[in-house]
Amino acid sequence: MTRVVDITNLDVTFSTDGGSVAAVDGVTLSVDSGEVLAIVGESGSGKSVTAKSIIGLLPETATTTGAILLNDREVVGLTGEKLRSIRGTDAAMVFQEPSLALNPVFTVGWQIIEGLRAHKGISKKDARAKAIDMLSRVGIPEPEKRIDYYPHQFSGGQKQRVVIAMALVLEPELIIADEPTTALDVTVQAEILDLLRRCRDEFGAAIILITHNMGIVADLADRVAVMFEGKLVEQASVEKLFASPEHPYTQKLLAAVPRIGTGGARAKARIEERIASGTVNNAEPVVVAKDLVIEYSGRLGRGGFRAVDGVSFTISPGEVLGLVGESGSGKTTIGRAIGGLTKITGGSLQVLGHEMLGIKERAFKPVRSDIGFVFQDPASSFNPLLTIAECVAEPLIVHGKARDARAARPRVNELLEAVQLPRAFGDRYPHELSGGQRQRASLARSLALEPSLLIADEPTSALDVSVQARVLELFAELQQEFGFAALFISHDLAVVDMLSDRIAVLYQGRLVEEGTGDQVLGAPQHPYTQRLLASLPVPDPAEQAARRDQLRALKASE
Amino acid sequence: MTTTTEPRRRVTLWQRLPVVHQLRQSVGLQRGMLIVGLVITGIFILTAIFAPLLAPYGYAQLKDADGAPFGAQVPPGGEHLLGTTVGGYDVLSRVIWGSQTALSVIVVAVILSIFAGVILGLVSGYIGGWLDRVLVVIADAVFAFPTLLLAIVAAIAISGGQSSLWGGVFAAALSITVVYIPQYFRVIRAETVRIKSEAYVESAKVVGSSTGRIMFRHVFRNATRTLPLLFTLNSSEAILTLAGLGFLGFGIEPTAAAEWGYDLNRSISDVTSGIWWTSVFPGVSIVLVVLGITLVGESLNDLADPRLRTRRKASIVPAPTAESSAILEGTDATP
Repeated sequence: MTRVVDITNLDVTFSTDGGSVAAVDGVTLSVDSGEVLAIVGESGSGKSVTAKSIIGLLPETATTTGAILLNDREVVGLTGEKLRSIRGTDAAMVFQEPSLALNPVFTVGWQIIEGLRAHKGISKKDARAKAIDMLSRVGIPEPEKRIDYYPHQFSGGQKQRVVIAMALVLEPELIIADEPTTALDVTVQAEILDLLRRCRDEFGAAIILITHNMGIVADLADRVAVMFEGKLVEQASVEKLFASPEHPYTQKLLAAVPRIGTGGARAKARIEERIASGTVNNAEPVVVAKDLVIEYSGRLGRGGFRAVDGVSFTISPGEVLGLVGESGSGKTTIGRAIGGLTKITGGSLQVLGHEMLGIKERAFKPVRSDIGFVFQDPASSFNPLLTIAECVAEPLIVHGKARDARAARPRVNELLEAVQLPRAFGDRYPHELSGGQRQRASLARSLALEPSLLIADEPTSALDVSVQARVLELFAELQQEFGFAALFISHDLAVVDMLSDRIAVLYQGRLVEEGTGDQVLGAPQHPYTQRLLASLPVPDPAEQAARRDQLRALKASE
Repeated sequence: MTTTTEPRRRVTLWQRLPVVHQLRQSVGLQRGMLIVGLVITGIFILTAIFAPLLAPYGYAQLKDADGAPFGAQVPPGGEHLLGTTVGGYDVLSRVIWGSQTALSVIVVAVILSIFAGVILGLVSGYIGGWLDRVLVVIADAVFAFPTLLLAIVAAIAISGGQSSLWGGVFAAALSITVVYIPQYFRVIRAETVRIKSEAYVESAKVVGSSTGRIMFRHVFRNATRTLPLLFTLNSSEAILTLAGLGFLGFGIEPTAAAEWGYDLNRSISDVTSGIWWTSVFPGVSIVLVVLGITLVGESLNDLADPRLRTRRKASIVPAPTAESSAILEGTDATP
């Protein structure tokens, strides 16, 4: 065990338009070879900045003080040639978005060889042999052929494997993985985590893993460092951290992580309540989809792409249907079709008694006041030039409930209070609110007309875990208070489980499984659901190790 | 849009005005460039406004108050500070009056092309379909012509031989407009197409807003943010086009208004005979005004892009950490 990185008293300050901001404040860390150190924290906690400062990747506006020893060499203050010589050979980086980390106009082989030839004076032929060898070691099938492929010819998971191969090819002692699986689907994520584990075991590399997902931490890390507002608040072995977190922030963070199996009891209570109030079964469903088909027209001469293929489901009044699936499964398309943003091409979709096949915008407009929509990205769902109060008042003005934003203000204030935002926030502009606050304001806007149906398209996937927990809680409270039916779209099984009465699983445009949370998550029938469930890392190291074996067995049996 | 770290601090309206805001934001070389540009542009605008007070003689004046002619090609000094031209006009007066012509052409040309370009771009980008395709093809076709040639054709077609001040100004301005509409059109259209797919426009659609309301309340103001930049850069090009037209003889007659390009044209033969004052002063005015406006435009452009903007160095004194904690937000936001 040799020490690969030793960081003492690292401070990083950024100069911004609003003056200096300290991003990292007195961090002291170290990583040994063959060890995985996970740095966890929410966005803005300084975890990425800390890791990037090790290979001098910070922008010019950053001022770094303190000491970083990489293989006993001081990194702070290195520039130019000296800095370049450590990048790649001593430490390499794996980025979050594999499709952005690869240059689309060069073959992957060229990109791997470029790094090799830059640092080691070896011949083209040797470099190519080495690149092929590396591609096969990271699990790319047929590496001799695929070395000449361009990045777009690989899937997202394979691209991340190529990026990891690029990082490994110079045999660095340290790999910095900055949210390496955030852009990937859960089932692919499990494979990449396996690969990173092999990097540690077979190559003996030290890994700094930056993540906000406690499940991934439990799956891969040996030691965990928790960062909060630029400071290191806790550092412990993974078993110790999950078993007995010491710092109150760590405790809060762990408590906020959604876990599968907590939603069943809530769902049961809600159904009983609805039976007691007599709204169940005897009311018309708000949404009925029957053999729903949605196609996107292709380019000239090419067939269309079928995003949704023969999906049938219903949503009863006051019911929350959770729609789960990976990217490209068609879940967002279904949500947009119900909201009238995407036209359907076949089958039947009835929304609040209106057939959506071939409907005219004019006929649908009155129905819109009965549908609320919460978008995924809180950063872009508000017009940046209007205040929050003006944004929330928009639906009221458009549907003639208020003449202008001022007349709507009393109602807007009520709505802001309903989503637990102070009234004064109405006068702020969207960029002055944090992501969680904006998503709450977005909820307020969608509830302005008291709709009977709410479509929530991944409302929490852009938020930190701790914020997500509060927004989900608020969603559940509002659902109980207003009694709207909801379609809750998410890629995260645990989140859907917390809120939904029933869960529907989509896979490549088809509905593969539907049932109550207990049925779908307790005893999944379809092999895809089983794999999805087994791939989801749980925030408990011991349990996660057991699940890993289970997943391996599941894969072997396929 | 820049995010401030102290959301509660209110900026006054004065500080949020386009140029004032950038001036406060800038530092170092960028600030120097912006200030130099603003000073030159300011002097230019003031000269244009107060031309009747500043100029010793009229732009078409050939004789002084007593009825004695100025004489042609009089060297600088005495009665005529910058000398007189071959036609017997006072150079200083022509240069000062020329700024007025230049300013009015810029104002008319830029206003006309902004209005037409912005509306066409907005409609074309938002509604799309065949209308969009037709407009884009027309804009591309206009781009394909050399701008000066197009301006000449337009000038002939519009003026038809007139030589009044406003007739000449409008002819020059309209011909410049024809060239610049496609530029505004393209920029606004591209922005509109981008903004069309933003979540806040979709959310307006889900709410049931009408197309007109979405276009003007949500898209318009967001799409026109880059206009001040385009506006300044195009103003300097408009001056060059005007001077080019005048130089080629398609501009404004000397009796209708003073025009730098025309004066340059008339001084060509003077250059070889050692008479420098007739060409240098109008030429320098063109260069200075274009330089000033371009400096303003370029600095605004750099300042608008956070990657190009220079900032004050971070102080070594520990600064407050970024206050963006989600946990804290969860507690302090509860009323």
